[in-house]
Amino acid sequence: MTPLIEVRGLRFQYEDGTQALDGVDFTLERGETVALFGANGSGKTTFVLHLNGILRGEGNISVCGMELSKQTLPQIRAKIGMVFQDSDEQLFMPTVIEDVAFGPLNLGVSQHDAIHQAEAALEQVGMLLAAGKVPYHLSAGEKKRVALAGVLAMNPEILVLDEPSTFLDPPGHANLVHLLRTLPQSKLIITHDTHFAAALAGRAVFFEKGKLVADGTVEEIVQRFQWSYSDLPADLRYSAQRRF
Amino acid sequence: MHHVHVDSWSQGKSVLHARDPRAKILTLLVFLTVLATTPADAALTLGIDAAVLVAGILIAGLPLLQLLSRAMVVLPFSLTFGLISWMTGDHLRAIGLVEKSYLSAAAVLLIVGTTSLPALLNGFEKLGAPRMLVLVAQFIYRYLFVISEQAQHMRLAASARQGDPRLHGKGRFRAAAGALAVLFARSYYRADGIHRAMLARAFTGRFPLLSSLHFRLADGLFLLTASAFLIVVRTQ
Repeated sequence: MTPLIEVRGLRFQYEDGTQALDGVDFTLERGETVALFGANGSGKTTFVLHLNGILRGEGNISVCGMELSKQTLPQIRAKIGMVFQDSDEQLFMPTVIEDVAFGPLNLGVSQHDAIHQAEAALEQVGMLLAAGKVPYHLSAGEKKRVALAGVLAMNPEILVLDEPSTFLDPPGHANLVHLLRTLPQSKLIITHDTHFAAALAGRAVFFEKGKLVADGTVEEIVQRFQWSYSDLPADLRYSAQRRF
Repeated sequence: MHHVHVDSWSQGKSVLHARDPRAKILTLLVFLTVLATTPADAALTLGIDAAVLVAGILIAGLPLLQLLSRAMVVLPFSLTFGLISWMTGDHLRAIGLVEKSYLSAAAVLLIVGTTSLPALLNGFEKLGAPRMLVLVAQFIYRYLFVISEQAQHMRLAASARQGDPRLHGKGRFRAAAGALAVLFARSYYRADGIHRAMLARAFTGRFPLLSSLHFRLADGLFLLTASAFLIVVRTQ
């Protein structure tokens, strides 16, 4: 069976000479949810920005069996829904419904169908009642849901989420986990939150200096790289008894 | 933030909100032309123009005082030129310049406050405005929001670190100049992020509309009546 995403030998250098990606090979199978771990600046976000052609480096990328090229870009962008870390970057239309319908309309869907798809996506994330609201006035959790609806309305096969739990309070965090579990799409999740990753992903990969250096279960990766906030030295961990 | 207010005003419902953007743009054009050609000493004509504006604001259900105070944004510029005219002895021209620029700004705010930005720009495009110009206007509007948001965050951060709230003069100017430089650098990265997010949702260089523009009989009547009234007042 053809993998949903297949990346071979991906390299990318920023204009300032930083080698952000240095020969990355990666495969995402249908139905998989993969967590992307790694330090800040290790190349995770740069990597996912290549998957839908926003950044162009050397190497081969194919999505849903289509080789990434200028010709296939519109179809590939319809297949990959990308939710950015800062929802404010994603919400730019005057109302929630117009923002969610932005993607379908760009894909050439009729106005009637775009409204229908936008409403269905808002319903899916529990934000239908906010359809007429101005996006800037929503809470961080609501913005995140609307941003997610904006990509779900495009009926993608793959969801890419860049640090989705950032800016969320604990209830918002839990709600997002519940919501993402109900979505059938394959997912790539960039996160530093190992509990969030463990709740959603069956597999994890680890980026280091532009290279994908490890691939395994979330537990294996967390243990191998001691990649967890709870791995803080005992004297730095939270304790209800401690007095500062 | 100004543009957020104007954005929320444009989501209202009124006879003016319901008009096709093209009818509103053309009426605005007539209003601005009539205003520009009105002699500075024609107090009655200018007064009627101002009354028409106030009536428009009230009919649209927009907050009168807020809109009129926001229109003052042009005053620093027009007052400068007005002052120059005043100093050259042309008092009438000085007063006319300030009056007309203020009324023009209020008229533009009335139209922008009753039309969503995508619809307004779509109207301009349908009227033959160059595609590139419309695209640039779309991005300026969006990035204006980004820059003002960044500025607010920086102002808060600066206030929080300002030991002496009465800091003034050179120190404040130096801090503001530094902040401005950082603001532009930050805004560049933020704008880049927004553009990426737009590309990720298949943006092709055109802001799509959820509803098509329809120029109806009521729009034609509005355009004709309003324009005829303004021209008659001007020529009397």
